[in-house]
Amino acid sequence: MNEFIEWLSNPWPWYVSGPIIGLMVPLHLILLNRTFGISSSFRHACAAVIPNKLPFLQYDWKSEIWNLIFAGGILIGAFLAAQFLSNGEPIALSQAAIERMNRFGITDLSGQHPNQIFSWELIGTWKTLLFVVVGGFLVGFGTRYAGGCTSGHAIMGLSHFQLPSFIAVLGFFTGGLLMSWGILPLILS
Amino acid sequence: MKNIIALIMGMAFGIILVKAEVLSWFRIQEMFAFQSIHMYGIIGSAVIVGAISVWIIKKMKARSIEGNVIEIPEKAKLFVSPYVGGTIFGLGWAMTGACPGPLYALIGSGTTIMILSVIMGILGVLAYAQLRDKLPR
Repeated sequence: MNEFIEWLSNPWPWYVSGPIIGLMVPLHLILLNRTFGISSSFRHACAAVIPNKLPFLQYDWKSEIWNLIFAGGILIGAFLAAQFLSNGEPIALSQAAIERMNRFGITDLSGQHPNQIFSWELIGTWKTLLFVVVGGFLVGFGTRYAGGCTSGHAIMGLSHFQLPSFIAVLGFFTGGLLMSWGILPLILS
Repeated sequence: MKNIIALIMGMAFGIILVKAEVLSWFRIQEMFAFQSIHMYGIIGSAVIVGAISVWIIKKMKARSIEGNVIEIPEKAKLFVSPYVGGTIFGLGWAMTGACPGPLYALIGSGTTIMILSVIMGILGVLAYAQLRDKLPR
């Protein structure tokens, strides 16, 4: 039992976690009678919380409340994993990635997200605001415009051989590569 | 019942996101710099398992627990909006280091500042809803 807990506490290799993530596709279809996709939860939250008369937000969000509950479940599960199934070690990045981070001036590689950017103490700095606030806005706007995110398009959509999903994934990488190679080095240097 | 199932599945997914490290900004940067197989292996193997599952479900005409034969809706046959919207999302993905699922997971696992990203994401949806008719599809 202890060995099992210890194994769980180490990070899982990609060939274990990837297939388990893939199982979300049939589990959604069979147990929830819905397709896998998380970014819709932003839309439901928006429709539920913000009073408006916009046609895009006038729909029966209550019938999709399961999606918000799923999102809440992610939060709880992540809390449990971080509390009880974590060994607290830094993420085992490749040497090349570590060197690149150091070139960006990111030297604290502990934790899952860089403390030098994503922490409340730095909320007054333009860099942190840019990453957290502008980044979040782009995620919400972009996923709705694209009609899905990594789960809805990349995993569910590609599993179902949807051409629009393939195009969306090309878009994800266009934007991601542009940011990672073009804009991020300017912001961080 | 559906809500209880969704809660349990969400919790399982939250645990996986942490253990798979896909919620990490470092991992996302490593992916976009092509410096590790990690993220590609996860997404690739997830799609393979997903695709086999979809194939079996269709082949067997499997039913959901609600009793109906499972029908998987097609994505709208649009091409500009997935690309342009996808690019906008990609920019945000590389900034926050998180797509929507990992944003929730980050809040739960202690990077609580990401709650601001979720709020901004919801406002991003509001902005999209405002502009929707004017955007190319």
